[in-house]
Amino acid sequence: MKYMLLIYRDEATVQTASKSEGERTMAAYVAYTEALKNAGVLAGGERLQESTTATTVRVTNGKTNVLDGPYVETKEQLGGYYMIDVSDLDAALAWAGRCPGASHGVVEVRPVWAM
Amino acid sequence: MPQDDGGDARTTAEAVARQSYGKLVALLAARMRDVAEAEDALSDAFAAALAEWPKGGVPVSPEGWLITVARRKMIDAARRRQSRRSGADHVRLIADEFEAAAAQRTDIPDHRLALMFACAHPAIEPRIRAPLILQTVLGFDPATIASAFLVSPATMGQRLVRAKTKIRKAGIPFRVPERGELAERLATVLEAIYAAFAEGWSDPAGTEVRRRNLAEEAIWLGRLVVSLLPEEPEALGLLALMLYAEARRGARRSPHGDYVPLAEQDPGLWSTALIEEAEALLRRAGERGLLGRYQLEAALQSAHVVRRVTGRPDWPVVERIYDALLDITGSPVVAINRAIAVAEARGPAAGLAALDALMDKARLADYQPYWAARAGLLARTGARDAADQAYMRAIGLESDPAVRRFLEQRRMELQT
Repeated sequence: MKYMLLIYRDEATVQTASKSEGERTMAAYVAYTEALKNAGVLAGGERLQESTTATTVRVTNGKTNVLDGPYVETKEQLGGYYMIDVSDLDAALAWAGRCPGASHGVVEVRPVWAM
Repeated sequence: MPQDDGGDARTTAEAVARQSYGKLVALLAARMRDVAEAEDALSDAFAAALAEWPKGGVPVSPEGWLITVARRKMIDAARRRQSRRSGADHVRLIADEFEAAAAQRTDIPDHRLALMFACAHPAIEPRIRAPLILQTVLGFDPATIASAFLVSPATMGQRLVRAKTKIRKAGIPFRVPERGELAERLATVLEAIYAAFAEGWSDPAGTEVRRRNLAEEAIWLGRLVVSLLPEEPEALGLLALMLYAEARRGARRSPHGDYVPLAEQDPGLWSTALIEEAEALLRRAGERGLLGRYQLEAALQSAHVVRRVTGRPDWPVVERIYDALLDITGSPVVAINRAIAVAEARGPAAGLAALDALMDKARLADYQPYWAARAGLLARTGARDAADQAYMRAIGLESDPAVRRFLEQRRMELQT
């Protein structure tokens, strides 16, 4: 089954982190991504630009509204995702727990709609 | 094959439903993780059995017959879906059918424990875990479960459907966890069983048949877990705890329906057989050397029922067990009971001091057992007015009329 691991974290703490902290976090993500590859479960993933770069689009009654900002203004914002392909939820949760994002913020695990 | 009358066929079908329902659901649902579909197919199979067994006779393996028919229903359903989904389901079901044909010659594999672990998975909302186990393992209908848990049938029905959908869509596995995580995951299963027992236990008079059954069914589930995981100390501890409690059922109310506190119960009304079984289980758990909440609570019961023999509970031991329990749970309920044990072991003033030391007074302000304990201890130190006021607060917070009558009686006795 495919699962998406959605990583939410407080952007303020990312911005205020020192250079060495930032490097440590990056290294952790690199190691994690390698581990996913080595296990043969990685099916994709990207890091996203900050939520201040987000633009929201909604069409109502034929009129397109474009708004500056993310869909929901919350302290913790979506910062990236991984797509993994594993046997079941337990395996997905185990990988989510190893994700550096789970210690910095939260990781939401969502099964992918199988077509 | 000899002609069988409809009565026999019905009796056999009912016996199979009682004994094997969970086993059949677990087997049918395991591969596809689709509990709802397994239940539907099984109920169709039972309907078919009631139509065919009276004519053709009860099959040699009723379980195998039901599995085969239910699987055929599931394959039909998968075929109907095939235009929308891939053929993968179909292939897996056919593989299952071969497996089932092989199984018919021997025993039906028992995946009930795996089913229970799926129902009590951390990804399932905690309050629905016990109802879900009762429905899938024991075949309780949602209306019965709803009345036992004091929730409207519509709400309970929705929650059960939502939980089953989550199992299927989120891919919650039907699997007994590995050694390393077994203890933690088993805790949620035991918690769900204990929740079912507590619901049944909260109807002490046993007047509501449904809720009394719930306590019995919880014990049955406890026995099932112990039979499948005979080495797990906490599973043994929970079963012992439930048996100790069940042993005292008959002594909890006077013949007039009045509340009788544990200290005043007639040990002659306790079930010796159940107590002895509980003691043996607790000893077995103790040999493993891994202490936990249920073993401690069972040990408490053991220290209380020792009164059968010695005429008096072993209060110093009770106090020590509460100390250990308080360390694990930090629960105010445990703290209050500990204070009562302190009073029995070292006098009412020491007990009151232990109550006074409790934090979180705001939460205790609305908590009946706190005021009842306080009132009882104040009365024993001779502080009548304070005891009177504490009894008043306890009475105002109690919902069970029998306990209210008991507290009113105690309050009256203060005046004499």
